[in-house]
Amino acid sequence: MKFSVMVNEGPYTHQAADTAYHFTRAVLDAGHEIFRIFFYHDGVHNGTRLTTPPQDDRHIVDRWSELAHDHDIDLVVCVAAAQRRGILDKEEAKRNGKDGDNIAPGFRISGLGQLIEAGIEADRLVVFGD
Amino acid sequence: MKQIDWSSLVINESGKAVKKFMYVNRHAPHGTIYPLEGLEVVLIGAAFDQDVSMAFIGDGVFQLNKGQDTADSGMKNVALTYGALGDYEVTKLYVEQESLDERGLELNDLMNLTWEDEEENWAEKPSIQVVSRAQLSDLLEQQDVILNF
Amino acid sequence: MLHTVNKSPFDSHSLQTCLGLAKAGSDILLIEDAVYAAMSGTAVTSMVESAMSSSTIYALESDLRARGIGSEKMISGINLVGYDGFVELAVTNDKVQSWL
Repeated sequence: MKFSVMVNEGPYTHQAADTAYHFTRAVLDAGHEIFRIFFYHDGVHNGTRLTTPPQDDRHIVDRWSELAHDHDIDLVVCVAAAQRRGILDKEEAKRNGKDGDNIAPGFRISGLGQLIEAGIEADRLVVFGD
Repeated sequence: MKQIDWSSLVINESGKAVKKFMYVNRHAPHGTIYPLEGLEVVLIGAAFDQDVSMAFIGDGVFQLNKGQDTADSGMKNVALTYGALGDYEVTKLYVEQESLDERGLELNDLMNLTWEDEEENWAEKPSIQVVSRAQLSDLLEQQDVILNF
Repeated sequence: MLHTVNKSPFDSHSLQTCLGLAKAGSDILLIEDAVYAAMSGTAVTSMVESAMSSSTIYALESDLRARGIGSEKMISGINLVGYDGFVELAVTNDKVQSWL
């Protein structure tokens, strides 16, 4: 079965990003497919590589990047939500005249159409947030 | 696994089955960004030729309150966008009666939102439908994809 | 249909809203702070128990354990699931509604 996942809160403040991650792992472990993970609202903060948690804590951003790398998962950060909150890839940084970008490996920035498509293409869309 | 009900299958112009999307709004406006960013999804989603509706439950009904003026608060006035929904063919806005009652509101307190029905010589029709909790429960069950804002 | 609730019922109306709109035969999964609704002897216990007559209530085991809620503190008849069970519920139900 094909799943899409939506993550609506940033890491650390709310448990949503953790729940979404463990759910995604369980979907893969059960032999199902993840069509896409879409990050919206403050969820876009899951996609900054500048995150530096203390060593004794989980690294939520790296965990997503590793998942994307190991299982070839499409991690999409909403462009409009990302721009409001200062999450940029190289192209967006250039377009907006910013001096740097911060998108984490495995993530890409794209439009809200990707969320609608995730809802259309997947058999189930499961939303995590606050 | 449930059986597919083929009788309800609708095909859109691109030849794909249409899914029923419901955007469930449960947050009051301005205090959080959920209603504003939720509307952005609804407007983008309108281009995808799906069967779209919105539901307003709990504090979500405050989103439709008349006379919202954000000038002094400096917040973006998201309320203006609801008026444009009809032009995007988002014409089914279900408001839960019980949520209105709990908040001392009635239909007259809400914005007058309309859409023009092309099939009836562009007759102007109300977009807001006040429904009971039981009716909303049925509507939720009929959806394929539910997004919450 | 699978409903997930993630808020403490002592702080939010989410569970109440969910129970008001869930049809008979629904599966309802308590996750994150909503697992406090699984405790017995609270102000919401009777609401949860009456919902159990028409719906099946589940609670995420790891979230219960993280909050120190052992089975002795729980309403009997609530089903414990892990993330594998969460996925299974999402598969067997035709859609998932998250009462965020």
